[in-house]
Amino acid sequence: MKENRIKQKLQESKKLLSIYFTAGYPNLNDTVGIIQDLEKNGVDMIEIGLPFSDPLADGPTIQDSSTQALKNGMHTELLFEQLKDIRNTVSIPLILMGYFNPMLQYGVEDFCKKCFEIGIDGIIMPDLPLDVYQEEYQAIFEEYGLINVFLITPQTSEKRIRAIDDASDGFIYMVSSASTTGAKKGFGEEQKAYFERISNMGLKNQQIVGFGISNASTFQQATENTKGAIIGSAFIKHLTAKGVGSISDFVGQIR
Amino acid sequence: MKTYHADERGYYGEFGGAFIPEMLYPNCEELRQNYLRIMVDPSFQEEFHQLLKDYVGRPTPLYFAERLSEKYGTKIYLKREDLCHTGAHKVNNTIGQILMAKKLGKNRIIAETGAGQHGVATATVCALVGIECVVYMGEIDIARQAPNVARMKMLGAEVRPALSGSKTLKDATNEAIRDWINNPVDTHYIIGSVVGPHPYPDMVARFQSVISEEIKWQLKEKEGRENPDYVVACVGGGSNAAGAYFHYLDNPDVGIIAVEAAGRGIDSGESAATSALGKVGIIHGSKTLLMQTDDGQITEPYSISAGLDYPGVGPMHAHLFKSGRGEFISITDDEAMTAGLEVSQLEGIIPAIETSHAFAIFDYKKFKPDNIVVINLSGRGDKDLQTYIDYFKL
Repeated sequence: MKENRIKQKLQESKKLLSIYFTAGYPNLNDTVGIIQDLEKNGVDMIEIGLPFSDPLADGPTIQDSSTQALKNGMHTELLFEQLKDIRNTVSIPLILMGYFNPMLQYGVEDFCKKCFEIGIDGIIMPDLPLDVYQEEYQAIFEEYGLINVFLITPQTSEKRIRAIDDASDGFIYMVSSASTTGAKKGFGEEQKAYFERISNMGLKNQQIVGFGISNASTFQQATENTKGAIIGSAFIKHLTAKGVGSISDFVGQIR
Repeated sequence: MKTYHADERGYYGEFGGAFIPEMLYPNCEELRQNYLRIMVDPSFQEEFHQLLKDYVGRPTPLYFAERLSEKYGTKIYLKREDLCHTGAHKVNNTIGQILMAKKLGKNRIIAETGAGQHGVATATVCALVGIECVVYMGEIDIARQAPNVARMKMLGAEVRPALSGSKTLKDATNEAIRDWINNPVDTHYIIGSVVGPHPYPDMVARFQSVISEEIKWQLKEKEGRENPDYVVACVGGGSNAAGAYFHYLDNPDVGIIAVEAAGRGIDSGESAATSALGKVGIIHGSKTLLMQTDDGQITEPYSISAGLDYPGVGPMHAHLFKSGRGEFISITDDEAMTAGLEVSQLEGIIPAIETSHAFAIFDYKKFKPDNIVVINLSGRGDKDLQTYIDYFKL
């Protein structure tokens, strides 16, 4: 089997820029166009958000985009349908990100199989806990070549970070501060110390930072000690304000 | 031995657990590692029971409802949680959790509320100990529960509107959880029911278990036996029911009856009868039965009673339903309102509309003349007067 695209990407020497967007937003059929445009403009990796009615870990921007996407008619099967030919035109790693309940209702094995057929490389389900994943679902994820990405936060204990590192086979999603999603202005000394602390732990997996990255300066700060950074809310705000035709403006100002 | 209590990972059969994002893991883990140790500590127990006695007004009476018994041809006892300070059982849990928060060194409390009862009970205990209190409440509920909003404000709490989603209880819960993610160190989240991630369902059930603890000795005094034939309680999230069942869960001699809100009818599309309409899924960090679309989006329930319109149910109750240990009956708005009026006129007690649902089971469930049936009278109807007035054109 070919090596997972996420792993290949992590071997490149540059800092990675990853973008999150909510599938079905601003319009139901924007999904494929947004992905193609992001790749064209040099984005390294994409998290495709599967909207959920009750996104606990998200701030207002992603909540609102999820609500709108659901109103537009987005659902799991439709997203798979929209993505079915995506690998004819897009070669960067694609990750599905969402909440566990829609995946559970679809059927975890069916969901993973669909992802494999489409060419999805990884899954981020923040509310699927590590122990449940390992006991019930890890074998299924692996059978379909999917990397499951775990999160850590500034409050995560060293012991647990080691356990998450052991369970990970790709990268660790490093949440920048104790917060829900949504861009704020810059990182302080506290974040800097946290980035350095994790960097000095000598983990086997590289880290990519998410939450609170919105522009060139926060991207630069976040990637000083890490492999890359993920932008979500700031990109969605840009789509809301400027529309899907202006993706190059957004990506261009990050690096 | 087969048990209907939580195991050490917070599972009731297949239900429960902690399906939470990593941002909440340290908060829940701190609580998980400490809650049992703190709860069994003699100094904690002493303070808890002292407050329940002197401040809440416990023990609440177990009252033999003579006229109701006569009408339905069985022996009906009412556990008078409506006589608790603030008007419902909710305060048993908030007293426990505020003491827990103090032991954990927290200096800020958050809570969610639907109808406002749990919000009031939380604001009350925060005033009692002098801790900052923020209550999240759906924007729609704020508009329709004005007296309780005023009570919370008078007690010194800040009431923050939940503006997301459907702007009701489930969204208020989401907002409280988001607040906790943003304030992981100094804040304790007082959940109002036996829902949410482990250890909440078990912890809240233990604080509410004082209800069945008292029923046991009170019934022994009155009838010479600790065990009724049936314990009946209404179930939204299920905290009053969990407390009334707690010491009887593993005793097969005691029948457990859970009464859910059918709203305008199970098949009307406007219902909150989770056992009938729900499927296994994840809500607010717990694996349980919940009302959802085929696609796994959580749907909005409906009941005339704001305290019962929660789209999920506590994992203990999901397990009682699935295993057949509990008998689940759903009662419509109309049936509940009629039963509430009847209890008012037969016993001189105006129950909360939530509790009125429990009084409407006699058309569905027949009891023998010598059966002892304990109904948990979880709250009083003062807060519902406007709804009763509108319904009966009083």
